[in-house]
Amino acid sequence: MKYVEEFRDRALAEKLSAAIRAEADPVRSYNFMEFCGGHTHAIFRYGVQDLVPANVQFVHGPGCPVCILPIRRLDDAIELAERHGVILCSYGDMLRVPGSKRRSLLSAKAQGADVRMVYSTLDALDIARQNPDRQVVFLGIGFETTTPPTALAIRQAADEGLTNFSVFCNHVLTPAAIRHILDAPDIDPDEAVHLDGFLGPSHVSTVIGSKPYEFLSETYRKPVVIAGFEPLDVLQSVLMLIRQVNEGRVEVENQYARVVTREGNTKAQDLVDEIFELRPAFEWRGLGMVARSALAIRPAYAAFDAEARFDLSDKTSREVKSCECPAILRGVKKPKDCKLFGTVCTPDNPMGSCMVSSEGSCAAYWTYRRAETLAEMAKDKAMAEQAA
Amino acid sequence: MTAMQPIRAKRFPADARVTMSHGGGGRATSELIASVFAPHFANPLLEQGHDAARLDRPAGRIVVSTDGHVISPLFFPGGDIGSLAVHGTLNDVAMGGARPIALTAAFVIEEGFPLANLERIAASMGEAARRAGVPIATGDTKVVERGKGDGVFITTTGIGVVPDGVEIGPDRLAAGQAILLSGTLGDHGVAIMSQRQGLEFETTITSDSAALHRMVADMVAAVPGIALLRDPTRGGLSSTLNELVEGTRLGVLIEEAVIPVKGEVASACELLGLDPLHIANEGKLVCICEEADAETLLAIMRSHGEGTDAARIGTVTAEEPGFVRMTTAIGGTRIVDWLSGEQLPRIC
Ligand code: SF4
Repeated sequence: MKYVEEFRDRALAEKLSAAIRAEADPVRSYNFMEFCGGHTHAIFRYGVQDLVPANVQFVHGPGCPVCILPIRRLDDAIELAERHGVILCSYGDMLRVPGSKRRSLLSAKAQGADVRMVYSTLDALDIARQNPDRQVVFLGIGFETTTPPTALAIRQAADEGLTNFSVFCNHVLTPAAIRHILDAPDIDPDEAVHLDGFLGPSHVSTVIGSKPYEFLSETYRKPVVIAGFEPLDVLQSVLMLIRQVNEGRVEVENQYARVVTREGNTKAQDLVDEIFELRPAFEWRGLGMVARSALAIRPAYAAFDAEARFDLSDKTSREVKSCECPAILRGVKKPKDCKLFGTVCTPDNPMGSCMVSSEGSCAAYWTYRRAETLAEMAKDKAMAEQAA
Repeated sequence: MTAMQPIRAKRFPADARVTMSHGGGGRATSELIASVFAPHFANPLLEQGHDAARLDRPAGRIVVSTDGHVISPLFFPGGDIGSLAVHGTLNDVAMGGARPIALTAAFVIEEGFPLANLERIAASMGEAARRAGVPIATGDTKVVERGKGDGVFITTTGIGVVPDGVEIGPDRLAAGQAILLSGTLGDHGVAIMSQRQGLEFETTITSDSAALHRMVADMVAAVPGIALLRDPTRGGLSSTLNELVEGTRLGVLIEEAVIPVKGEVASACELLGLDPLHIANEGKLVCICEEADAETLLAIMRSHGEGTDAARIGTVTAEEPGFVRMTTAIGGTRIVDWLSGEQLPRIC
């Protein structure tokens, strides 16, 4: 606990806050995207926004694994459980995400599908061992941090010769998504998000290192600071970003040097490389098709690939109309811009993925900043009515 | 648990199990009661041997509270379903400002449940009731077929007497009142979760399950004007506070830095992605009182073993009605929300 408290010290936070206020130029704005849902969560959980001046804004990125799984893939997972009768194992957060027709894995389970919540890939392997006469599919989601455990499970299953275990692979890659967001303004100028820099992922970077972000400073001229998940990490990283902007520097800096290195965890990278290969393109909820942004299981391990093993039907999957998750995941809208926020859509009755995961923007606003958000929405509405 | 007198206790073999006939109401039922429950629960009310226990009418107003206990696992660090069923109901009675005078207990037991475990639970219940000084006045036992229950479910009811002049209730809340908490948050929930299948982790945290009525009696005697007492069980402190202000003209402001949480509980919560404010407690209370009484009450709480870590954690406000706001550890602010979705199942 000592460790944790050290990074949540109020006196230190106030010092950093004072430095940020002193150094942030009041005549300009600073829009920093925190890519990771983990950062979004920490920012809200600790009220970090209250410790920075109003012209320093956090733009919430798409780094929430549950949020970006396209609805089509979720429908596929439900089909695996229902039509193919497999035991579908998933991390808990995923169970409540609404798919087409607002059906979730949890509602499929209530209607008799065998959906089980697991805490790790190893739990899924155990379930496969205990049920040799059933097919067990692990719903693999997440960024570079959750990929090595999935790779490990596949290798373990191969070593043991398990014939009833496979993975429905939806693992995605962070740097490709950041590139996509930065390219987006060229594609659709209406949607241009002005970004002055990035708070880089912490846990993801422990695996891939800081090197994969160097294109951001080199090609896109955007400052990056790899930031830890503690609130003081976030504050310090904001200060580092402000200094880069003020001094006209564009670098990949590493605030989280106590854990992240330039090369990352090469052992984990090798393991991932052995099991997975790059997909030419993959759909992200909110971002659409993103080139070279996801992993598929290599043909050598096809026996453990649920997509190769089961025949998944074509389907036309549909989002809930007027759910703004896609725009929110691109950073161009905020939850208050969604008419459903807090009225129809709440964490107990989510319409979109951003309201389900604790790392999703809508859930963060609802859980930690609801009073302010509802007040702002009322104000916006009053202004709109006046204008009309 | 009545009519036990004519049947003598018998010694069951060590590996004996509960059978359907133990719940049939016949001789086997009486034998079970005489052998497993009676030795541990012994008290004059129970020994009256009637279908209904007869209590002398005490002076003052009566409170009644009932609570079903379905916890899994049945035995956990710091207690078991038996002691929990006693403490939980005693605390509910005490939160009315009342002095508990009697308990009742109803057992639903699954066929095949080991008698040795049942006896262990009965012993722990008897012990908890004896320590609390509150008799288990009457009870009931039913057996359900294998697979229709999960070991044992226990429902306890408590009766208590409220001293004159004590008017505890949410209608007494007003802006400016102080919010006190009797000790560390999350011990019970974390102790239970550490035992859960698929989640087991090493911890020295034990459940805080404890009876609070003695501490409450002293508090109420010193400050009869206490506005409100609540035990933050399921849903934790956040649910307790939200329940109080939702839909009212009042809000709450609390301060994260002064809320007592054990280091190990904080680390476990971190690991599991949980908030200590959402975790269940079984031996803590929240007291809301006039500002002027806060120090007196804190001193009384701290003088009891159950309240050594008592702290003033916040204030009732008139700003932001309906919301619980918290100044965070680093000095920002945020709303403290209800726990949404499903807490890990069956913690009490
Ligand atoms: S509030 Fe609900 S419906 Fe609106 S964008 Fe968020 S998740 Fe979608």
